[in-house]
Amino acid sequence: MLDQPVVKPATQLPLAVAGLCFNAGSARLINDLDLVLTGHGVTVVMGPNGAGKSLLVRLLHGLIEPQSGSIQWNGRNNGAATRQSQAMVFQKPVLLRRSVAANVDFVLALKAGSNQARRNELLQQANLLDKASQPARALSGGEQQRLALARALASDPEVIFLDEPTASLDPSSTQAIETVMAQASARGVKVILVTHDVGQARRLADDVVFIHRGTVVEHSGADTFFNQPASKVARDYLAGKLVI
Amino acid sequence: MQDFAEAFRLAFGLVVAMDADLVEIIALSLRVSLAAVLVAAVLGLPFGALLATVRFPGRGAVVIIVNALMGLPPVVVGLLVYMALSNAGPLGFLQFLYTPTAMIIAQTILITPILAALTRQIIEDMNLEYAEQFASLSVPWHTRIFALIRDARYALLTVLLAGFGRAIAEVGAVIIVGGNIAHLTRVMTTAIALETSKGDLALALALGIVLLVIALSVNAAVMSLRTSAESSSHA
Repeated sequence: MLDQPVVKPATQLPLAVAGLCFNAGSARLINDLDLVLTGHGVTVVMGPNGAGKSLLVRLLHGLIEPQSGSIQWNGRNNGAATRQSQAMVFQKPVLLRRSVAANVDFVLALKAGSNQARRNELLQQANLLDKASQPARALSGGEQQRLALARALASDPEVIFLDEPTASLDPSSTQAIETVMAQASARGVKVILVTHDVGQARRLADDVVFIHRGTVVEHSGADTFFNQPASKVARDYLAGKLVI
Repeated sequence: MQDFAEAFRLAFGLVVAMDADLVEIIALSLRVSLAAVLVAAVLGLPFGALLATVRFPGRGAVVIIVNALMGLPPVVVGLLVYMALSNAGPLGFLQFLYTPTAMIIAQTILITPILAALTRQIIEDMNLEYAEQFASLSVPWHTRIFALIRDARYALLTVLLAGFGRAIAEVGAVIIVGGNIAHLTRVMTTAIALETSKGDLALALALGIVLLVIALSVNAAVMSLRTSAESSSHA
């Protein structure tokens, strides 16, 4: 068995966000956003295009600085120290110009030293072990995204952000990514997933954060959100109506 | 036309005969220029990568200066190195003047800014692509620099070629600090200058042809290496 579901102790959670604002020029993209995330599982961030979902996860991961507001992970301010225990998979994977194995090795060497057994385990989990020596950038889109996910998990994160990792992937690749995500979540990794795919959100979410115009409109358990969304904008979104 | 024909005939004859003087001049030229490229690479590549990835006050000014130094006049460099290495200069005690070491120093000074400036441009472009991923992984700055250099290695081969081209073709600095002494500091370019001044245009042209062939061969070999390595390893 590759994945024994040993739940990791959560030292990063809860996440507490208060009064978060981010402006680009005169446009306010994140507007006085408050959010609290506790416990393990998969939190899905949903919302229409331009709502600020990708921006929010970048802010939470500390890749960009907000103009005001606070982000605290278990009482610690967001920054380089908290980012050490986190990882992120971007919508467009950025792979090093190296072999598949070397991409994973790079992160393993950073975090815990080279470990061939761990690398092979991660590649096996991503179904890429037979392509270990191939150039990473010669992989298909789905394979590249699986490698990006395997590489992110190589850092043994407590929290992993995934920004629309299955956008533009076929169903088979999407399923493969979702399987790895679910396995990570079962091991106790907190998964924060941005997606437009309502079906995917239904399959994976433990709770849903719905964002509109840079603020959290609704945050509730998955069952509640999908069966009884409290806000009109979320109901319209789930009904497939145009939400601007 | 007669001069050109004679030059080609003479060049061919010198090469076929493996003329000892010619071989010695070629060997010294390659030794000096390759050594200068090696030292300049050790200095210029990491410095260029540092400039590309680290933000600090005055960085813009440093970039402008490094770019401007790409156009350093060789004779000025030769003069400065001459003054530094002459007996009255601060480094006179080293007794490097009129030795191949002095020529390597001069060529290193000439090509280091070229390697640094071109490296900065290449690494900066790659860093734009990698920066967010590196930030996410909390990659330390020194690991980031060496990772970028490693991943840009094929593009950087072209940078090294540019440096080598500048070094092997350079005459102004090496003639000042080397003195063009037969069997000691005479390289292809200084020999060409000497033969031209003596009016032996045919021999000068012959040496020029050999120099061109060397430059072409090194370029072809490196580009071939780059192409095959890229296609067989990493896209």
